[in-house]
Amino acid sequence: MLTRRALFTVPLTAAVSLALFALASRSPFDPLAGYLGDRYLTMSTADKRRVATELGVDAPWWQQWATWVSHAVTGDLGYSRTYAQPISAVLAERGPWTLLLSGTALAAAIVIALAAGMWAGLHPGGLLDRALAAAATVVQAVPPFVMSLVAVTVFAVSLRWLPVAGLTDPGADPTFGQVARHLTLPAAVLTASLLPWLLLSLRQSIRAAAESDAVLGARARGIPEPVVVRRHILPVALGPFTTLIGLRLPELLVGAAIVEEVFSWPGLAGSLVTAARELDFPLLAALTIGTTWLVLAGSLLADIAHALLDPRVADDA
Amino acid sequence: MAVAVLATVAAASACATVPASPSTPADGVVLADGFDLGGYNPIAGHGEAGESKLYDGLLRLVGGDGMPTFEPALAAEMPTVSDDGLHWVVKVRDGVRFTDGTTLDAVDVAATYKAIFDPASASPLATSLNMIESVTAAGPDAVRFDLRYPYAAMPTKLLLGIVPSERLSGGRASESTLNTAPVGTGPYKLVSLRPDQAVFEANEDYWDGAPQVKNLTVVHVPDDNARAQRLIAGEVDGANLPPRLAATFTDRAGFEVSSNTSADWRGVSLPAGNPVTADPAIRAALNRAVDRQSIVDHVLAGYGRPASTPLPEVYGAAYEASATFPFDPAGAERILDDAGWRRSADGVREKAGVRAEFTVMYFPEDTLRRDLAQAFATDADRIGVRVSVQPADRTTLPDRLSANAGLLGGGDLPYDPDPQIYSTLHSSYAQAGVGSPYDNASDYVNPAVDAALDAARRTTDADERAAQYRSVQSAYVADPGCVMLVFLDHTYVSRDTEYTGSTPILEPHSHGAAWGPWWNLREWTRS
Repeated sequence: MLTRRALFTVPLTAAVSLALFALASRSPFDPLAGYLGDRYLTMSTADKRRVATELGVDAPWWQQWATWVSHAVTGDLGYSRTYAQPISAVLAERGPWTLLLSGTALAAAIVIALAAGMWAGLHPGGLLDRALAAAATVVQAVPPFVMSLVAVTVFAVSLRWLPVAGLTDPGADPTFGQVARHLTLPAAVLTASLLPWLLLSLRQSIRAAAESDAVLGARARGIPEPVVVRRHILPVALGPFTTLIGLRLPELLVGAAIVEEVFSWPGLAGSLVTAARELDFPLLAALTIGTTWLVLAGSLLADIAHALLDPRVADDA
Repeated sequence: MAVAVLATVAAASACATVPASPSTPADGVVLADGFDLGGYNPIAGHGEAGESKLYDGLLRLVGGDGMPTFEPALAAEMPTVSDDGLHWVVKVRDGVRFTDGTTLDAVDVAATYKAIFDPASASPLATSLNMIESVTAAGPDAVRFDLRYPYAAMPTKLLLGIVPSERLSGGRASESTLNTAPVGTGPYKLVSLRPDQAVFEANEDYWDGAPQVKNLTVVHVPDDNARAQRLIAGEVDGANLPPRLAATFTDRAGFEVSSNTSADWRGVSLPAGNPVTADPAIRAALNRAVDRQSIVDHVLAGYGRPASTPLPEVYGAAYEASATFPFDPAGAERILDDAGWRRSADGVREKAGVRAEFTVMYFPEDTLRRDLAQAFATDADRIGVRVSVQPADRTTLPDRLSANAGLLGGGDLPYDPDPQIYSTLHSSYAQAGVGSPYDNASDYVNPAVDAALDAARRTTDADERAAQYRSVQSAYVADPGCVMLVFLDHTYVSRDTEYTGSTPILEPHSHGAAWGPWWNLREWTRS
């Protein structure tokens, strides 16, 4: 399974990058607008043409793609025009912070969803079940942007328990204590925005499993309830859950982009938006392909977990 | 949404009245900026208007109320100019060292300018310096600028930060190491740079005396509301905020709201290629139908000034006080009646089968331009001119400017009337392919304006130049080519600190932590 998936990555990466360059060339944005900023309006047409040639942004998209690929295969990812830095430096400076924020939020969301979703699914119609379903629906409806602002207003500005934004206090080094304090609020908001769909889907699949013929049969055979839950309900219910997590990783990035912006978190999710708006091709390509790989890795991990959890799933899929 | 956000901030304001003291380094100021950090390369456009704290130009700005003036910085004295206005010689200050320990000389100055002209650098500054034919080091301590045409506003081009020639290795400006490891002669040097914060410290070796504010930390906070909240929580000492958000700080103890005037104008082009907007009566009537003061009060929350021409009052002697349009809708209607634009059944005027209708385009993401365009359309509608407001992005808007109006802006380089108005009003920019499509977007041709603009460019006599610019404004108001609407004020909020020394400055279009009360941080003193 691993080898086949790994081999599949190569043509997929090529296809995704090709599609990216083709689509971006049809974008309403002008890469020079991002590069020149306010001077885009004052620079003469002749100078603009010269700069476009010098930067290589006036070449046809397939030619830009070929240039990019020929460098990328040697490990040279090029320069980001937006940040005036090599792509490798942008990734190294910002990547870890996005991984930390998204990883923390995802892990917290999975743990909470497992605990609460299992309880709710096994006790359908109970007080907790109804409360969770209602809360999840409400939270789902609140955009992460609003949730962030409310969280900051309550916990940082009014109660002063946590800092408003940033990676550290201004001027401070990113020590464990500093980052942990600053991570709490954005990670909590991101967790809250991820939680509803994880929770509701797990609750749903546990209920479906609990009402399945196999479980009814198991109960009828007099198998003790804890064993039914552990051996018959959970493996079946967790399968779709892991697949869902793997598939929705890109959505995690979308939520992270908004949270990063509001909390001034120096991560890559926000850079992806900037790169797309300013048509910073090398950065956009690196981030898009990174996201593609993340989805592939996520679905691979999900499939492995699915195969391990549920004996009915063949592992050569 | 904006209202909800304002309400959130206002609610927060009610709970916390006294700002907590921030955990900042001693002897310092912490500012929040919405712009990305880094990119500290003058060749790539950093500090073009003299706002850099890392670099000095040959000249620097002197602030205060009114028009900023120039004084020598890396120049030993003010530049001398030949009688024909084509050759400028600047003596370079002696004994100035860059932060890497090397000594400044004329070669560094010449190399900095040459790097901008080098096509390989793809410098965004190429157009704004295109009057310079060549820059040469005339000996170790003098630089000679030879110009393509006489250019009296040359001092504005000498604000650019100077870098050591050894750091100019050629190639694209955006790939230079100066972007993240700047080396200048300025009052501050960069200590550390992360995506979320830049830490600067005073240059103790500064040629003009080390600054008293020893530490400057700039944190990158892209979101407007987050900047406001970090101010309230006491995490930062100052930030630029949009007017309405800044106004929520006016009654808050421990904070000061300040605003700087700017030459940053917004106006509507009236293209000569459209039979309606090209009509002199329509142009004259629209200029009298717009209630500019009401736009300032309502769209800009009071932070701005009415604009009749692209030159604001701050230009002093070069400003013509009588060159303004009154708000006179009745007079505007009379002008249209007299010119034969008659109201049709639906209220829209018509003349010889042409309906008084046109489109005003704006950039879709720019909500201020949208609001201004709508205010303009409302006022135009009252006198029977139907204006439809339409978003258009940067790839399509320029091509449509010759037949459709645009809500445009300017004032990027305001420290002399020439860069402020020449390319907006001179007819040479009306020709296709000259300058940018946004230059003279109305394709306005007025020989009296052209003559005065050119005369003012050729002489360096201050009184003569001022007189020429006053006549530009009079000639323009007699036959306007667009509807100038407003000049924006830029608003800032700062927490009270132990330092004083901030002076006002006329700001260019760009603003942020580099401008505002902090533009002259090097001069601040501990109170």
